[in-house]
Amino acid sequence: MPADIYFNVAVGGVLTGLVYGLMALGLSVIFGVVRVVNFAHGEMMTIAMYIAVTLFAAFHLDPLVMLVPIAAVLFAFGYVLQSRLINPFITRPEHSQFLLLVALAIIIVNVLLIAYGPDARSVQASYAYDSFLVGPLIVDATKLYAGVAAILVAAALFAFFRYTRLGTAIRACADNYTGALVVGLDVRHLYALTFGLGAACVGAAGAILVLIVDVTPAIGPVYTLLAFVIVITGGLGSMPGALLGGVLIGLTEAMAGLLFSPSAKSMFAFGILVLVLLFRPQGIMGKRTA
Amino acid sequence: MNNKLHFSSHRVTRRIVAAGLGTSALAAAAPFNIVRAQGAALKVGVLLPRSGFEAGIGQDCQRGVDITAGILKDAGLPPLQIMNADTESSPDIARSQAEKLIGNGAQLLVGAFDSGQTTAIAQVAEQKGIPLVINIAAAPPITEQGYKFVFRNFPTAGMILRDAFIGQKEVFAAVGAAPKTVVFMHVNDTFGTAMSKGIGAMMPKFDMPYKIAEEIAYDPAARDLSVEISKAKATGAEALLLVSRLNDAILLTRELVKQRWTPMAILSMGPGWYEDQYLKTLGKLSDGPLSFVPWYDPNKPMSKKLEAALAKAHPGVNLNTNHVFTFEALLIAANAYKRAGSADPKALADAIRTTNITDNVSIGPGIQFDAKGQNDKIVGGTIQNRRGQIVTVAPKTAANAKAEWPLAPYDKRG
Repeated sequence: MPADIYFNVAVGGVLTGLVYGLMALGLSVIFGVVRVVNFAHGEMMTIAMYIAVTLFAAFHLDPLVMLVPIAAVLFAFGYVLQSRLINPFITRPEHSQFLLLVALAIIIVNVLLIAYGPDARSVQASYAYDSFLVGPLIVDATKLYAGVAAILVAAALFAFFRYTRLGTAIRACADNYTGALVVGLDVRHLYALTFGLGAACVGAAGAILVLIVDVTPAIGPVYTLLAFVIVITGGLGSMPGALLGGVLIGLTEAMAGLLFSPSAKSMFAFGILVLVLLFRPQGIMGKRTA
Repeated sequence: MNNKLHFSSHRVTRRIVAAGLGTSALAAAAPFNIVRAQGAALKVGVLLPRSGFEAGIGQDCQRGVDITAGILKDAGLPPLQIMNADTESSPDIARSQAEKLIGNGAQLLVGAFDSGQTTAIAQVAEQKGIPLVINIAAAPPITEQGYKFVFRNFPTAGMILRDAFIGQKEVFAAVGAAPKTVVFMHVNDTFGTAMSKGIGAMMPKFDMPYKIAEEIAYDPAARDLSVEISKAKATGAEALLLVSRLNDAILLTRELVKQRWTPMAILSMGPGWYEDQYLKTLGKLSDGPLSFVPWYDPNKPMSKKLEAALAKAHPGVNLNTNHVFTFEALLIAANAYKRAGSADPKALADAIRTTNITDNVSIGPGIQFDAKGQNDKIVGGTIQNRRGQIVTVAPKTAANAKAEWPLAPYDKRG
């Protein structure tokens, strides 16, 4: 097999992995601060994808241009969801939180099914079929734009948490819940803000991913599972870990498909997950807890 | 003159009223073996996957149901009272829904697109003694069980493969060209794996002009098929031989364009490549693939009526396998009801067994059933996407166009 095939596949895997990473980043942010595992994560991304599809169909608006407004809508959705629905469950047993979010996921899937029907929908951007020739490499233009957008969004999120007072306050909540209360932080508001940010992340990922993948109401659970694999591999609660996990899973799936069998792609991704759980349970970049 | 009404010998007492009401209630509630005189509509339970992962196809089959009534009336056939049921794309639900339909008075069942669901319904139909006319389901065992109430007007997997190879050779002969090597790509679900095994077993018998350079199996729910196309392209094969579904067919086409590879031909032996959503999603890029599938004869008078009815009810939707075979299942039901002169399940089953409909839609001489309840006269069609429409290129008797060969380069389609 020609060597350029390996490079082509590897580049494609890394670019797709970056978008996966952005999606998983939202899950990691929410868990890292609020300590709630969002089992409706993939379904929330599906909402963003349908918003992108609707805007494109009605006004021909490019999902990449609409990335910020879509993220803002999902931010508002996440904020309201956390402050009105999830906050009362924060102190309840984990199985209650689990059932609440699974119920939410099922409701989202069925509402989308009623609203849009079961058929797959896509966005046919003007560059949907473009590719760049770089020497022997053929780089998919859509994946390249998606990968760059994912890096920019992730960088903005990192900057927010590191360099803003609000970001610092949220990190304080994550590090020490009681301490945050003692110093007078409005923890409930900060939790809602964090859930909103996680939802905005997944909204941005949905707006980007709709350029690569057709959306149906039923795809949500697949991406929820994928996000879990990525954040557990990268380290639950670690933002760089989520991005790294995404790239690792994307690259592994691509190379496994090429070197072994495409049917075995997921097997290798889950194989990495098992290895991480066995030898580094906190994830590649996660912190070991006592 | 006495104005009072007397019921000396037929006095209506509370006891008689109660008995009458009881009898009426029993008659209304009795679910089985209701024999109605001709003139009343035959109650047909139509089981389809209207929700779940096969919802799109189930709803497409429903279009075939929607356009049937007017055509049956014009053909002088008795009316059908359709009782819809959703299998939710699950064999277990299909089984319980079939039982429920029969309990609610269905006198004949039609369904259910998917082989697993149809198998479950067939068991119920046979157990209850209610005829089942299968619209779409290709798994051979369904009509190998010795069932007396199960009839299939759809080719088995073996028949589909046989006709696919025959169709390919007919096209190669017509265009005077054939690929020397192909990559065989298929979904790794039950259907794709069964077709893969079937191809392995049957291909040597047909002396095909090509060799399979590589076999690539992939997940039908795959989000990205770039690796698969990279791998296929690297083999240097001239054409693609495929068994796929809808979403992966769209993904594969996109990757072919992005990776700048136009094979000599795309030869599909499954769904996906000719479906409306494929055509609408990909526009000009959808032109060219050849599909070898159970299809309709566009030259038959009944096909023209069905096309017209579909165009009126669902403008912009191309007539396809789902509509055709669902319609024919209902045609068989109405035809049998007329000949049986009764809705008695056994009489209906006997009438279906002796069906001989020549004014039909699917390719072949018509609808007849062998001793196993299988219509073994159906012939597969070869169709090609042409500017948002589907044309039939083989067999010659049913063709309305000649095959375009080779595939037009993707980068020169404007």
